Amino acid sequence: MKPTPLWRRYARFFGPDPGADVKDELRFHLETKIDDLVNQGWPRDAARQEAERQFGDLRALERIGSRIGEKMERRRRLKDYWDDTLQDVRYTFRTFGRNPGFATVSIFILALALGANVAVFSVVNTLLLRPLPFPNSGELMWIAPPPSACGLSCATFSADAFEEFRAQNRSYQDVTGYEAFTTPDNVRLTSRGEPQSATSSEVIANFFQVLGVQPAMGRLFTPDEVRGGSHPVVLLTNAYWRREFMADPAIVGKVIELSGTPVTIVGVLPDSFDFGAVFSPGAKVDLFTPLDLNLERHWGNIVTFLGRLKPGVTLAQALDEGTRLAPNIYQDVTYPETRGQYKGAFVPVPLKDYVTGKLRRSLIALWCAVGAILLIAGVNLSNLLLARAAARAKEFAVRGALGASRGRVMRQLLMESLLLSGAGSVLGLGLAVALITWLAHQGALALPLLGSLRIDGQALGWTVLISLFTAMLFGLLPGLRMAAGNLQEILKDSGSGAGLGLKHERMRAVLVISEIALASILLVSASLLMHSFLKVLDVDLGFQPDRAASIQIDYDDSAPTTDARQAKRGAIFQQIVTRVSALPGVEAAGIADFLPLGPNREWDQPVPKGKSFAPGELPDPLVYVITPGFIRAMGIRLHGRDFTWADGPHSERVVLINASAARIYWPREDAVGKILMRDKEEDRVVGVIDDVHEESVESEAGAQIYYPATQQQPAWSQLVLRTSLPPAALAPGVLRSLRELNPKQPAAEFRPIRTIVDRAVSPRRFFVVLVAVFAGLGLLLAALGIYGVISYSVTQKTQEIGVRMALGASAGRVQRDVILKTLRLAMVGMVIGTLASASSARLIASLLFATSPWDVTAYTAMMLSLIAVALLSGYLPARRASSVQPMAALRDQ
Amino acid sequence: MDTTKLEFLRGTLDVLILKALAWGPLHGYAITNLIHRQSDDALLVEEGTLYPALWRLENKGLLEAEWGLSENNRKAKYYRLTADGRRQLRHEVKTWEAYAAAVTKVLGAAQPPLPEES
Repeated sequence: MKPTPLWRRYARFFGPDPGADVKDELRFHLETKIDDLVNQGWPRDAARQEAERQFGDLRALERIGSRIGEKMERRRRLKDYWDDTLQDVRYTFRTFGRNPGFATVSIFILALALGANVAVFSVVNTLLLRPLPFPNSGELMWIAPPPSACGLSCATFSADAFEEFRAQNRSYQDVTGYEAFTTPDNVRLTSRGEPQSATSSEVIANFFQVLGVQPAMGRLFTPDEVRGGSHPVVLLTNAYWRREFMADPAIVGKVIELSGTPVTIVGVLPDSFDFGAVFSPGAKVDLFTPLDLNLERHWGNIVTFLGRLKPGVTLAQALDEGTRLAPNIYQDVTYPETRGQYKGAFVPVPLKDYVTGKLRRSLIALWCAVGAILLIAGVNLSNLLLARAAARAKEFAVRGALGASRGRVMRQLLMESLLLSGAGSVLGLGLAVALITWLAHQGALALPLLGSLRIDGQALGWTVLISLFTAMLFGLLPGLRMAAGNLQEILKDSGSGAGLGLKHERMRAVLVISEIALASILLVSASLLMHSFLKVLDVDLGFQPDRAASIQIDYDDSAPTTDARQAKRGAIFQQIVTRVSALPGVEAAGIADFLPLGPNREWDQPVPKGKSFAPGELPDPLVYVITPGFIRAMGIRLHGRDFTWADGPHSERVVLINASAARIYWPREDAVGKILMRDKEEDRVVGVIDDVHEESVESEAGAQIYYPATQQQPAWSQLVLRTSLPPAALAPGVLRSLRELNPKQPAAEFRPIRTIVDRAVSPRRFFVVLVAVFAGLGLLLAALGIYGVISYSVTQKTQEIGVRMALGASAGRVQRDVILKTLRLAMVGMVIGTLASASSARLIASLLFATSPWDVTAYTAMMLSLIAVALLSGYLPARRASSVQPMAALRDQ
Repeated sequence: MDTTKLEFLRGTLDVLILKALAWGPLHGYAITNLIHRQSDDALLVEEGTLYPALWRLENKGLLEAEWGLSENNRKAKYYRLTADGRRQLRHEVKTWEAYAAAVTKVLGAAQPPLPEES
């Protein structure tokens, strides 16, 4: 073999070609053979024929050759690539090792941004994207009229309506529902030691079948179990079974005593079923009993409607049928005039929308906020890497000169960003797991489905996706800048690459400006939401939630007649209230069946005596049945007089109404002393109270009417205390007094009224806290970005500064220049940011409460905080600049 | 015996190629020639079997190839043994010798084996 001549080295200039190699190899063989044959004396033509004959099927051989060749080529390329990658990784680790500060800061920034993104993604995924945890949950519909002023009573249906609708409709596989007016701690478990209170929910017998929930043990309810006279049964939730019955594997069939009645446990529900998470966020339910529709037939609207659509039936068809059926459905079949009362009420809404629809906008806003954080973090790192790239320009130029292609240098830079974002995402994932675990256990947070929060495969996929995206975002730009640099220029330039530096600086300024603009959007949104939240906290609820607490009480008012029952109940209530009021620290006490911001109900339409109203003008007031003292215990302002214990079953019927109701019944008149008619019953208004927010903190109050518990039947009984002591300190004394009066009183939870309000505002608090944290993070990152750029440009210009100072520029002058430069960057960013914020604020306008999206305070706060941050991050480099020693700076070059 | 039609036993071609290359790098044509001459014209390796065998061995990493110039100034692909190839050759030669000895013994026997002593 001779040495290869120069021209041969370019034979495969355009890359390897296994097919051509095979052809070349075989042609050589053929021609050498022909030569040999010719040497042996064959004529050339005959020699060629003979050689080809001996060769056989040349084509087939070529095919085999190229196949094997290509396989080898592929393998070789893969191996080269892998070797290069390993080399890059090793090199990257060495680079990071030389500058651990840079790597630490970048990984930390990335971990925060990626962690926040993954956590928010999990929340969004659980609440918005993932279907509800029921089989074919898309078929499940919530059936209710559009929201109206009269609360839960107008969103529910009667027993008769349920049965008629269920029998007549053709759209649903089945319809079910549950008793809507349940309060926490409504039953007591008495068979096992000290009475314990528990929360029970009554459901229509087919409830679990319609949802598609299978019992973990035992069975579900059967249709027989809702008829009167059958043996009472109960289903336990998984959590309650584990907590209260130590996960007893033989629990099915055991009998427990609930509020004095022996009931049989027929089954345990699966862990995956969480009634509260879907239907009443922030509250828990311990057990389920079947609802006996016959018992509650004449009680008006009591059940919610849930239906499972037949496959192929659309929402519009179901709505259409509901509208068609409504005029023929009675509220109560025994009263013909109640026919058609549910016009426009059978409106199906996908259950998923009912559960999380209200949160959609907040969640999307939250998602955008974390997205902005990711962008800021990416831009920030891009900036850091650009600064490094400029400092490493020489290194890359040398590598380029030694034969590394631009692609290879790009790959190296991308590998660095991939490794950074990889480390960041692992750390961020850890953060997200911690955050999500913590969130999943926030039982008091009134957000649906929180319990099922977890980092799942989708969240992991999302992590990989966004960390790759970030790596591209911040790795590609410096890489492209670097690859575009002119090698000779850099190598020739003995300074720090002035030309390149200038170009870089412009790029970096653009990056910082976009960072500041993004941060201003976040800051404005956060301050708008914060402002709304403060406004919400500031809302006059109509009662004083602080220093008040409530406890569910138990009493026995069984008596042969309604009158006797009322008399007995009055006596018991008076005893309880008097006894508890006498306890040291108790300022006022009273009993009510429903508390504000919880469940509520309405009864009928009272009419002011002697006046007539057009149909639809009179409200359906929400009804509360209370005892004397309750108004004072809740801290509700009253004009007129409170009920007294003398307002008994046989004295004049009295009521309290709220200001809204008074305004409708007797506009511009004092309502106190006037008469309200309920059919033939005359009720005298003895007082008017301020509007109490009954449904939510954020919506206005509607009409309310209060009846004395001595004259009307309360649905439940919650004792409310106003105290000068912390409620927890009072609890044992109160419970002891209650037990002395009624040994069956369960050890119910003593709930500060403040927690009811906290729970009502918890979703808003949740979003505000998160958005504020993200805005803070954005500000911090923007500060880092500004600092990085200014500090770098000061380093680059040490020589220039030195010259200027040698020529007489004062330290103050140099400092001022640097700070002005910083402010200029911040200003440009803020102007762009303000414009962008104005349009993004419009998007979140629906999330605001009593706050204009153009609230001047929010914009001012954003500008002030950004200017402060800019000054601070410009000041440090400025000081360094002004302390430059002219001689030293000049000598250094 | 028709010398050109001497059939190769399975696997023997590989070991012959390895052996041919043990003297130094060669191109395909030279390998056929070498085997042909060394076997006193008894073995003729056909192109149709030689090249696939070469490529296979190269693919397995027993040979490596390089382009060079032949004696007649043509571009030719030269094969050389890798360290793995050399090891494989030693191994195969040993196996072949043991095998050949055993076969020769059986075929050259003049009498049936003695009955085994019990």
